[in-house]
Amino acid sequence: MSLATETRPMTRREWLLSDRPQSRLQARLGRAYMTWRRFSANRLAVLGLLILLGLVFVAAFADLLAPHSPVIGNLASARLLPPGSEGYLLGADDQGRDILSRLIHGSRLTLAVVVLVAIIAAPVGLIVGAVAGYAGGWIDAILMRITDIFLAFPKLVLALAFVAALGPGIENAVIAIAITSWPPYARIARAETLTVRNSDYIAAVRLMGASPARIVFRHVIPMCMSSLIVRVTLDMAGIILTAAGLGFLGLGAQPPLPEWGAMIASGRRFILDQWWVATMPGIAILIVSLGFNLLGDGLRDAFDPRESGQ
Amino acid sequence: MNGRRRARSRKAVAAALQFLVVVATTYLGLLAVTFFIGRVIPIDPVLAVLGDRAPAHVVERTREAMGLNLPLYQQFVIYCRQALSGDFGISVLTTNPVMTDIRRVFPATMELATVGTLIGALIGVPLGVLAAVKRGSIADQIVRVIGLVGYSVPIFWLALLALLVFYARLKWVAYPGRIDIVYEYTFSPITGFYLVDALWQRQWDVLRDVFRHIILPASLLGYFSLAYISRMTRSFMLNELQQEYIVAARAKGLSEARIIWAHALRNAAVPLVTVIALSYAGLLEGSVLTETVFSWPGLGLYITNSLQNADMNAVLGGTIIIGSVFIGINLLSDLLYRTLDPRTRAR
Repeated sequence: MSLATETRPMTRREWLLSDRPQSRLQARLGRAYMTWRRFSANRLAVLGLLILLGLVFVAAFADLLAPHSPVIGNLASARLLPPGSEGYLLGADDQGRDILSRLIHGSRLTLAVVVLVAIIAAPVGLIVGAVAGYAGGWIDAILMRITDIFLAFPKLVLALAFVAALGPGIENAVIAIAITSWPPYARIARAETLTVRNSDYIAAVRLMGASPARIVFRHVIPMCMSSLIVRVTLDMAGIILTAAGLGFLGLGAQPPLPEWGAMIASGRRFILDQWWVATMPGIAILIVSLGFNLLGDGLRDAFDPRESGQ
Repeated sequence: MNGRRRARSRKAVAAALQFLVVVATTYLGLLAVTFFIGRVIPIDPVLAVLGDRAPAHVVERTREAMGLNLPLYQQFVIYCRQALSGDFGISVLTTNPVMTDIRRVFPATMELATVGTLIGALIGVPLGVLAAVKRGSIADQIVRVIGLVGYSVPIFWLALLALLVFYARLKWVAYPGRIDIVYEYTFSPITGFYLVDALWQRQWDVLRDVFRHIILPASLLGYFSLAYISRMTRSFMLNELQQEYIVAARAKGLSEARIIWAHALRNAAVPLVTVIALSYAGLLEGSVLTETVFSWPGLGLYITNSLQNADMNAVLGGTIIIGSVFIGINLLSDLLYRTLDPRTRAR
């Protein structure tokens, strides 16, 4: 090895890929960089990420992007206009409302449902699973029995029954979906916890006198995060479909909210002659949930190459 | 020898007991959740029966007669006893006992889910095998995309579009419903599975009509199970194709077709049975939305109709039935797995 290569300053890439990181930050950035490299090699996954960034962008700037009001239509001249009409790119519905504008504003509802379900269900599942796995014994048995009971339920039917009891509305739909979607997260968190609970670093932390709560929250739960994130991302598509299904049955968002599932339901009456009223929102749902599925697949491959089957 | 045999039988008894405990607690949990839902409901069950103009003393008397004055745990015990004997109360909408209604509509859902699973398995397994064998090829990519779209598309929307194309435009299939109105009064089903009944009674025109009605909703449901089944088949097959016995079979000079279909798929079949059973359970659930679109007179349509009329007895009864079938299929697939795979048998 010559002197020149030793003194040459590291490139940024070498610094990231160094197998002897000098600091915690460097190690973390290095890992993130490797994960990103694996992820971005998968073109479909990047497409999924772009779709979701697009969704966030559209939701954030809905007011600027939408050419018309999502709730007030023009009954006089725009009723059931076909797609491609002037000023109504995707056509108009039976109230003379621009479908594109409703889709743009509906992206906010979709995003809200997904985010709310994730921030309710994921922590619940995470804590139940990590506590059960770390504590073991009868706590584990009871918590996992409850989890299994909820897992044994058909999700959509249980959500239907909950919404029927709580009353229709988008808030109740979110609650119902969250109640039905935490158990798989608990299973995953428990499995991950079981693999780390007997490892040396946990024993070391325990020897230093850390309390069980501190061990679970600071040292066990971070280890569960990557599998949990993958699973939540993959579940997002299912959550969107369930929310849209509830909306379609008239149990989710109520009119005049531009929720995509409810829009399909209201277009159902005109399906034979004005097909675009029901078709356009379905395409929006398909694109967004496809985006989540592609992203989830890509994340799984990037975080855990063993499971991808590649 | 004797001691070992006794230990083995003791182990079997313990496993059976554990199995029973799992069944019992899961079912109890199902009842507890539906009981809870029935009690948090804002609609007063008494008012649902009497209407809001009933005088106060009648309301009081009915409340007592319905057992709503008892402590909650006693109500729960009564609720469990009734549910276990198949008594879910009277449907406000149809004025029949809920169980009678469910018995009438359940075969329709079963028939739809069965045909759907058949379609899904018969197409999904070969597709999955193809994707695994030609891994990374264009065929693999296509199967992957078919599966991804199946996971991502809203079923009720696809159902609407399918109706628009195949019924309204192309006129290939019959209109929504289960059987043509012409046959509705001349055809007397025995089992409730119209395809089987028509075949049994050799009413070929009825069979043709029933087929024209069921093929579209069943294909849609089949597509959804196909997405799941083909994906799982692919990963099971990939796993098998890496094993050493495949190398040995190749070294022996067996044909590639024989290796794939007779050796690898046979071993992948064990977990596949579980997957197909689970997808069957999933279709029972998916039928809720599909039946609504196709006016299919099954359990799903019954539940959604009852929902729209705040008929809670019917909704909860339907939920319990679907939940029970779900639990049953889950446990059954577990048992099947254990009996089919010699490695998981208790030694």
